[in-house]
Parts: sequence; structure tokens; C-alpha cells
Amino acid sequence: MILLRTLGLMLVFLMASLLPSNAAEADLRAVIAKFATGSGFSATEAVVRELAATGDPLVERPLAALAEGNLYIRKDDSAVFVGNEAGDSVTLLDPLSGESAGDAAKADITKIKVNNTLRRVIRDALGTLTLRAKDPAVRIAAADTMFKTPDAANIEPLDAAIAAETDAKVKALFEQARAASVLVSDKPEADKLAAIALIGARGDRDALSLLTSVEANAQGAVKDAASAAIASINSSLALWDAGQNIWYGISLGSVLLLAAIGLAITFGVMGVINMAHGEMVMLGAYTTFVVQQVIRTSFPGLFDWSLVIALPLAFLVAASIGLIIERGVIRFLYGRPLETLLATWGVSLVLQQAVRSIFGPTNQEVGNPSWMSGSFDVGQLAITWNRLWILVFALTVFGVLLYVMKRTPWGLQMRAVTANRRMAASMGIRTPWVDALTFALGSGIAGIAGVALSQIDNVSPNLGRGYIIDSFMVVVFGGVGNLWGTLVGAFSLGIVNKVLEPYAGAVLGKIVVLVLIILFIQKRPRGLFALKGRAVEA
Amino acid sequence: MITGRFFAAGADRRIAITILILLAAAIIVPLLNLAVSPTSAFYIPPYIVALTGKYLCYALLALALDLVWGYCGILSLGHGAFFALGGYAMGMYLMRQIGSRGVYGNPILPDFMVFLNYKELPWFWYGFDHFWFAAVMVLAVPGLLAFVFGWFAFRSRVTGVYLSIITQAMTYALLLAFFRNDMGFGGNNGLTDFKDILGFNVQADATRSALFAASAVMLALAVFITWAIVGSKYGKLLMAVRDAESRTRFLGWRAENVKLFAFTVSAVMAGIAGALYVPQVGIINPGEFEPSNSIEVVIWAAVGGRGTIVGPIVGALLVNAGKSWFTGVLPEFWLFALGGLFVAVTLFLPKGIIGMWDSWRGNAKAMRAAAIAEEAGTDSDAPPPAKIVRSAATTPGAWSASGPEPQPAE
Repeated sequence: MILLRTLGLMLVFLMASLLPSNAAEADLRAVIAKFATGSGFSATEAVVRELAATGDPLVERPLAALAEGNLYIRKDDSAVFVGNEAGDSVTLLDPLSGESAGDAAKADITKIKVNNTLRRVIRDALGTLTLRAKDPAVRIAAADTMFKTPDAANIEPLDAAIAAETDAKVKALFEQARAASVLVSDKPEADKLAAIALIGARGDRDALSLLTSVEANAQGAVKDAASAAIASINSSLALWDAGQNIWYGISLGSVLLLAAIGLAITFGVMGVINMAHGEMVMLGAYTTFVVQQVIRTSFPGLFDWSLVIALPLAFLVAASIGLIIERGVIRFLYGRPLETLLATWGVSLVLQQAVRSIFGPTNQEVGNPSWMSGSFDVGQLAITWNRLWILVFALTVFGVLLYVMKRTPWGLQMRAVTANRRMAASMGIRTPWVDALTFALGSGIAGIAGVALSQIDNVSPNLGRGYIIDSFMVVVFGGVGNLWGTLVGAFSLGIVNKVLEPYAGAVLGKIVVLVLIILFIQKRPRGLFALKGRAVEA
Repeated sequence: MITGRFFAAGADRRIAITILILLAAAIIVPLLNLAVSPTSAFYIPPYIVALTGKYLCYALLALALDLVWGYCGILSLGHGAFFALGGYAMGMYLMRQIGSRGVYGNPILPDFMVFLNYKELPWFWYGFDHFWFAAVMVLAVPGLLAFVFGWFAFRSRVTGVYLSIITQAMTYALLLAFFRNDMGFGGNNGLTDFKDILGFNVQADATRSALFAASAVMLALAVFITWAIVGSKYGKLLMAVRDAESRTRFLGWRAENVKLFAFTVSAVMAGIAGALYVPQVGIINPGEFEPSNSIEVVIWAAVGGRGTIVGPIVGALLVNAGKSWFTGVLPEFWLFALGGLFVAVTLFLPKGIIGMWDSWRGNAKAMRAAAIAEEAGTDSDAPPPAKIVRSAATTPGAWSASGPEPQPAE
């Protein structure tokens, strides 16, 4: 019984809500019909204004069609339709409901002509209409459009919208749009000054371009206020720019950290220069590619998990190849670092060519999972998700590695071997095994770095080449055998590089950084955080 | 005194033979190319002349590297930079010789400058219309760079792999710099489209033969100079620094000065190699600064035998002949072969071909001597003769006291 009553009540409400709209629709149709009776642009403009004044979202369709030049009058009965041209005939649609109303030959209909003034009126009318849209995103977009194309006619609808608006954020945007409109109206000077203050507080590039045009056209106090606001926006934008550059630098630093951290282990602990390190990064990236190929063909639903699946696989692939290299080549060359450098260079050539033969020389496409695409804004900073995740990932890898080195028995053995190899061997540590596992660990970390780098770089056989010199610079700059040194080295090189870039250009900035490092090594041949020792050679 | 050593037997005889072969090639190859009819079996086609001329330049570069690596223990991964700088100096001279025959017909500005809207010649291009000036620059620019670089590096005792890495950074920085269009060196296209050298057409057979002869003579001269340096007292000092730098320093020698001299001489030699190379291949571009090129030079020296004079020449000729053959027959496998060569040489042939040959000959001689001694019935309890070491130079690294196990990074 209650159910029935409720249903009945709902039905009544439904009718009640539909009826007025039906009534309104009839009114709208009457207004639209006036397009056929009036003639000339001014008559059309009057109709457009009348339609806009109804404030009904339904008028959006005919107005948009009119602006596009797709609104037609049928000659027989002066009915108005939205038309889609298709060859000689035109498909007619009802202007309000959008339902099909048959075809007509071109000769039987007349297009309602528009000019630029009229288009502008229509656009403003549509902007006003969307100010009342239910979706806040639409309202924000409308406010944005109005801000960028201010018009004195916008003030009234904006005033009404501000009064009705409940969302504080949207309301602020409306107020800014209104202020922009006030500046082009003939309101008194006090209003304009208040408007400039409001826009100056917004402080982004749109505000800057608006104020610049105001400054060019205005006189007296308004001009001065605009100049002052421009100056303050410029200085705050400069700060934001610096912040953005530092963010880019931190992002580059995280990439360098990922690429260099494995090298820091092999170079620091074993004194082995592994020129094939970059190729381990490349192998990790190719593992990601293969994993994504398998997922694409067999388990499309898992695509968002592809990187998570690729991580352990990349570690295993790179670590086992690293183990093979250590057991097969490097262990015969201990104590001869220059020969190790050459042999691992040879290994890197072989690995590169092998990948080139298997996968081809072209770039492979590695997709971003949904949680790594897109970006968000913090103030005036644009931060992309993939860069942020890579930063988080690099710091996590660093933390885990630090834990392994400082808190696990294996790490203890590694540090013992670094400090004094012979003493460590005498205490029963199997140094050959520590060497092999350390090398595998360093290579494995390069592999997971490859997973991250596949998200922001081209996956090609030359991927590793691009990182090897930079990684060496980081390790040498930070000081060998010190993970913290690598961290500091990576971030300072990244930030210096990106901060120099706007002044010197990308290439020159990089050259300056290389020269600075070369000079730095003269001053501190063992890097920023050198291991202390008493040996003559160290 | 030097002449006395020069005609002596043993290792020095090998130097004499090498120089004679090179000088003979400088005369015979051009003759066989120019004076013999193309149908004859002895005719050497022009492309072979150009190719071998190129190899001789590589050999000179490898010899230059060997002077610092084999004899002084400095593994430079940036010697390609000195080679390329010498090449650019020569290329700038050749560009100025084009004159108004370029595509744009500008009598002063090379084509790429017209293309890039240069209004006048940059100051560093002044003087390159004279050959003598370019020749001085071929020597001076690489030499000066090496001197300044070495001055800083050696005085602050940057050694071992650190030095290798910063030399690599040096050539990488130069690579990036020369890729820039506004450096005024033609950007990534480099300098090309050469017409004349000293008034002769660079494309002509006679000019190519002359360039070949010049390369061979220059290589012979470099062999002689290297031999003279290595055999002098200073050479002993070089090897002392290589084998035990700290010990040499404790004995009162300035190790950094010893190294600086060798590094600068070597860079000048590399610059000459580059200058001879450019007119023969007809182009110089920033790709020559590529760090991988410099590392490839190291393998030439290693294959032939570092710490020997003939070794790098043999190595450069063999590896490059192999490269030409491989890239023609099996292009995909060249990098496999080169990579395998790096690994195999360091693992199995640490002394290179010449070094292996020497120690094999040395062992054979020692065994023969022992056998003769036994037959003669002289004191059979006498210890077998020690392994004959031809010269200190053939055993690089013999002084590194520790066995084959990793050292913490130096």
C-alpha cells in the first residue's frame, strides 16, 4: 500500500516536472519560429537574445546550429530545422528534440545567415546558458571562456550566476570572469580598480594577457593599477617558473638516480667499471615491452598491472645476465679495472646487437598504464603522474637498497669486502660469492630502472647508451662506494642541468654541466663523499 | 747513438723493418696505382689506395693512443676528440679552398654559413685560407687541449678509471658542442664537399696517391719518434709511472709532468692523423667525437699489443680490414664480432698479437738454450734460464703486486 502510494506520488511529481517543461517547450518553439518571420541580422539577433533570455538549456542545440550556419527554414511552411548537409539533400532535425524530420532538397529550404557579430552574440548567449549547467566542470569551462573573452554584456548573467552559485571554487572563477568583463565595460573607475585587484590575485598567464591588454587601452589610475598588477604577476610567475624548473630537475635527478644506483654498487663495492650497465637498463625496458605484448594479446584486463608484473621479471632477467657476465668474464679481470672496462664495453656491443637482431632497430611502443598518464596542477606547476611515480619509485629503490646494505647480513658482508677484501676473506666471507651476487644485484637494479625509464623514453637498442655517461658522472660526482653520495649527486646534477637549461639551452646546459664536473673532479678526485682511507692510491 | 740502436738487432730491428716497409709502401703503392695500366695484375685501384690510406691514419691514431696507454698507463677514452679536432682544422682549410665554387657561390663564406644566415666569417675561421696556418692549428689545437686538460687532471692526481671517464666526458661534451649549428662548424652535417688541397683536386687519383704517401711517411715518422721517446731515459720514466706511479713519485720524479708530456705528444699525433684522414674520406662531422669511436681505437691497440710500437699499427690494420670485410658480407654480425673481440682480447690475449708472439718466441728460445745446456752436460742442476723479457715495455702491469682479485675503487 505504502509502495503504491509512493509510486503514485512519484508519478505525480514526474508529471509536474514534465508539464512545465512541455509548456516551456511550446514557448520556445514559438520564439524559434520567429527566425522565419524576421529578416536581416538584427532581427535574428533579437530572436537569439530572446532565446537566451529564457535560460533554458534546450536552446543550446538551435543556437549552436545557428552559429555553425546549420539552421534552415523550410519554404513550404516556414518551419525551422537543424540541417545536416549530405550531398544535394539536407537531413532535417527538429531544433529542440533533435529527432529526425525527413530530408529536403536544397532548393526547398533557406539557410539562416549569420555574420561575425551574430556569432559572437550566440557564443556569449551559450556561455551564459552554461553558467547554470548542473555539471561544475561545464560551469568552470564557461567561466574560463568568459574570462578569456570578456564582454560587458556578460556582467548581468554573471551577477545572477554568482548569486545562485553554491560551489565556492566556481563562484571565485565567476567573480574573476565578472571582473574581466567589468574591465571592458564603462563601469566607474573604483569598480575597475577592484576588478584589477581581483584579477591580479588570480596570478596566472591568462590574467597576465588580460591585464596587458587593459594596460594598453586604459588611462590614469586604472593603467597604473594594471601595471602594478602585471609586475606582481610577473614576479610570482618567475617564482613559479623557477619552481617548475626545479621540479623538472628533481624529475631528471630521479631518472639519473635510477640509472646510476646500480652502477654505484658495482663500481663502489667491486671497483668494476661496468660499461654494459646501460644495456641492463635497456634489457629491463625490453622486458617491460615483452610483458606488455603478452598482456595485450592474452590478458587485456591486466594492462594496468603490466609494470608491476614487469618489475620482478626485469630484475630477474638483468640480474641473471649480470651473473653470467660476472662469472664468465669479469671475475678473470679483477684487479685490472681498465681491462674490465674494455671487456664490459664489448659485452655491451654484443647485447645491443642481440636486441637489435631480435626486436629490430626501431623504437618499440611501451604504453602507460592509466594510473601513470595525465597530469595535475599544483598552483602554477604542472606535474605529470608518470614523473611523480618515477620519483617515488626511485626513492623507494634507494630506501630498499640502503636497508639491504645497512641492515642485512649480506649487506654487512658487502661492506666488509668493500672496506678490506683480504681481511673479509680471512674472516670467512666468501668474497667471490659476494662479488657475484653484488654484481647481479647491481644489474638487477639497472633492470628495474629500465622498467621505469620505458615509461618516459624511447625503447630502442640504444636506450642504454644515452644513460651510461650521465650515470658515470653521477657516481663519480657523488663519490664512489657511497649510496648517499649517489643520491645527492643525481639530484644536484639533475637540478643544475634543468635550471641552466632556460638560460643556456638544452645542449649548452649539458656541456656546461660536463665541464663543471670535469673541473670538480680536479678539485675532489674522489667525488663529493669520498671514502676515507690511508692507502697512497686512494 | 740513436742510429747505433736503430740498426741493432732484436726489437729495434723490428722498428727499422716497419719504417722501411712504410716508406716502401709510400713509393710503391702510388706507383702501382698511377704508372701501371689498369689491366695489369699489379694495378692497385684508387679505392684501395683511399681505403688503405684511411687505415694508415687509424694506425697513426692507435699508435698515439698506445704511447699514453701502453707506455704510460693512461687509458684515454677521448683520443677520438683530438683526432676529430685535427680533422676539423684541416676541414676548415679545405672549406676555405672551395671559394666561390660552392652551391651559393659566396667567395668568403662556406655554404653552410650562407645557409645559416651568417653575415661574416666568425673570427676563429680567420687564417684558415692559408695551408701553413691550418697545419699549425692541426698541431696546436689538439696539443693545447691535451695540455690544458692534462695539466688539470694529472696535477690533481686523477688516475685510472676516473681519468678514463673524464676523458670520455670531454669527447662527449665536444660532441654535443659540435652538433650545435651556432658553433660555426657546420652543425651535424659537418664540413664536406671539398674541392682542392694545395691547389690539387682532392678527388684526383694523383692527389689520393700523394695523400696515401703522406700518411705512410707520417706514420713512419711517428713510429720513429715513438721509438726514440720510449727508448730514451724519459721512456724508462714513462714506464716507471705506468707500473708504479707512487713509487716513482717517492723517488723524486714529478709523475704529472711525465704524463703531461706523453699526453700532449700523443694528442698532437692524433691530430695529425685526423688531418690526414679528412681529405681522404672527404668529410668531417661531429660523429667523429662519438665516445664509442674512441673506445674502438683502444681495441685496435689492444689487439695488436699495447706497450709495443708495431702492435697498434698491426691491430688497427687488422681490425679495420675485418670491419670492411664484415660490414660488406655480414653487416649484422660486425658488432657481435667487435664485442667478442673486446672480450676475447682482454681475457685471452692481454698482451695482444705482438706481445704473444714475443713471449712465445722468448719461451722457445729459453727452452732451446736449456736443451743445449743439457746436451753439453754442463751443470744440470742450474736453474732454467729465467723467462726472457725483451724489454720492460712488453709486460704492462707486471708491477701491480696484487693478484687477480677486485680492488676497492681507486
